[in-house]
Amino acid sequence: MTIAAPRRTLRRPSPRALIYILLSLGLVITLAPFAWMLLGSIKPTGEILANPNQWLPENPTLSNFTDLLAKQNFGLYFFNSVLVAVACVIGNLLFCSMAGYALAKIDFAGKKLLFSLVLLMLVVPGIATFVPLFVQVSNLGMANSYIGLILPYVVTPLGVFLMRQFIGEIPDSLLEAARIDGAGEVRIFFRLILPLSGPALATLAILTFLAQWNNFLWPLVIAQTDDMYTLPVALALFAVGANGTNYGLLLAGSVVVVLPMILIFLFLQRYFIQGIASTGIK
Amino acid sequence: MSATTLIAPSEAATTSPPRKRDRAQSRSPRRRGRARARRTLVAWLFCSPFLFFFLLFGLWPVLASLLMSFTDITSRDLRTPFNVGFVGLQNYLALFSDDTFVRSVLNTLYFVVVGIPLTMVVALTIAVALNSGITRLKAVFRVGYFAPVVTSIIAIAVVWRYMYQDDGLFNAALAVIGIDGPDWLNDPAWAMPALIIMAVWRNFGIPMVIFLAGLQAIPTELHEAASVDGAGKWRSFRSITLPLLRPTTLVVAVLLSIAYLQFFEEPFVMTGGGPLDSTTSIGYFAYEQFGFGLYGIASAASYVLVLVIALLSFLQFRLFRSRS
Repeated sequence: MTIAAPRRTLRRPSPRALIYILLSLGLVITLAPFAWMLLGSIKPTGEILANPNQWLPENPTLSNFTDLLAKQNFGLYFFNSVLVAVACVIGNLLFCSMAGYALAKIDFAGKKLLFSLVLLMLVVPGIATFVPLFVQVSNLGMANSYIGLILPYVVTPLGVFLMRQFIGEIPDSLLEAARIDGAGEVRIFFRLILPLSGPALATLAILTFLAQWNNFLWPLVIAQTDDMYTLPVALALFAVGANGTNYGLLLAGSVVVVLPMILIFLFLQRYFIQGIASTGIK
Repeated sequence: MSATTLIAPSEAATTSPPRKRDRAQSRSPRRRGRARARRTLVAWLFCSPFLFFFLLFGLWPVLASLLMSFTDITSRDLRTPFNVGFVGLQNYLALFSDDTFVRSVLNTLYFVVVGIPLTMVVALTIAVALNSGITRLKAVFRVGYFAPVVTSIIAIAVVWRYMYQDDGLFNAALAVIGIDGPDWLNDPAWAMPALIIMAVWRNFGIPMVIFLAGLQAIPTELHEAASVDGAGKWRSFRSITLPLLRPTTLVVAVLLSIAYLQFFEEPFVMTGGGPLDSTTSIGYFAYEQFGFGLYGIASAASYVLVLVIALLSFLQFRLFRSRS
């Protein structure tokens, strides 16, 4: 009896408390690899290889990061990653919104065919076409160049799809009013459609940046000398190379790749979650 | 088009003074034909920058991939494309008599068939917990659980390779509860499960959010009515929630399978396809053949993937259509 009483008081508020406990436990497990990566990246070599390995570094150091910059050229790879991602964002925002506008608001011959092709290409993954794409880009003399890294992703069917869906929601009456006032299509697009498409443009910018920042196969195939590597390529080739057990450097490299994206995500999480959930990108 | 020309005059007759636009529309058919031609021109001009890159780097490679898979093209043919010979289905026959490729197909299926239900169960469990009426910290949980989705697979694979070492974090955690863990990535039986666990961790955030939206769309009255009728939580979950989530579940399953079929980065960084080919995927196999310069075989291998994904996508469109 003396045991049963407190058990009951424990069980009464249990459903909600239990859910909080389970969710917190799950969150700790989910975030543990991030913590392990961050803490490992500031451990000196001896502590990285120590067994048993402790969570907190005894002598935290930034030497892994300074080595990455000084000896492994990660500053350049970071620059390359940013350059490629930003160029693709600009291309997608401009070209995909133009095509999306035409597909959403102009009635023209060939519209159905074009949109069907866009839908068809939505699901074709990079791994399926990288061989002919490599042959193509090489024949155009663009292998191992920024142009070669950027152009295949400067527009995406996903971008057109997103923009068409969003622009389709803009009321026709607004466009007609502008047309009656004598505005041409170009003027309507830049003065009316683009300013009204802010949320869609933000989502597209984020999705494109994310996809390009994490893109691996294409830069791996087309970048042949290390001055063209992006961060994931440099990190992967380092990991499978001769120094592939230098986990201090490897963890620091992972932090450099992951942390910027996590920070952007924390600031703009709403766009990320809605955008990814509605498109289901990899 | 002819219908509008027939209706337009009678409308003009019955309705009070026609507006400017109506008059413009009821002009002669030739004028309207010209207007449509002009619109078509303008529209294609708007599409032209997209179209240029889309044709060159999107559509053409998909066709070329198919064409190349019927040829013996290698890296040496890049400068002399006319030396390439047509070999029919030979690449495909060679693939399916290649033990490594057959193994890679089976591995990919293993990854998909085990990985997807696991991912969905984890995602649904967390979504249900988040939807159970808690309000405090809900946003924190959602962001935290979603965070792995935005990470680079390469960086994550590096970190998890470190955690999967024989004396790494994983086995240290297992030792706490008295389990002597395997040497994950060097054990042919455990390497694939290791990759699957990592994939679940990195991907469950997407289906979690989709399930959460699906759960929020279920009217609470249904559960209230069930509890009035004496149904317990579990019963109500099984008889109301799960059936109503079926369309969402199907969509999630197809989305995940398209993503999981392509797995490539994980073996590239963590196992090199080993040990004993136990983690070679179709994508990894295609990349390896490309590395050997055998472009024809590589194209055929990746086209096998295209066909499977095309089939699944077709299924997905059918599902979306039947839903709306």
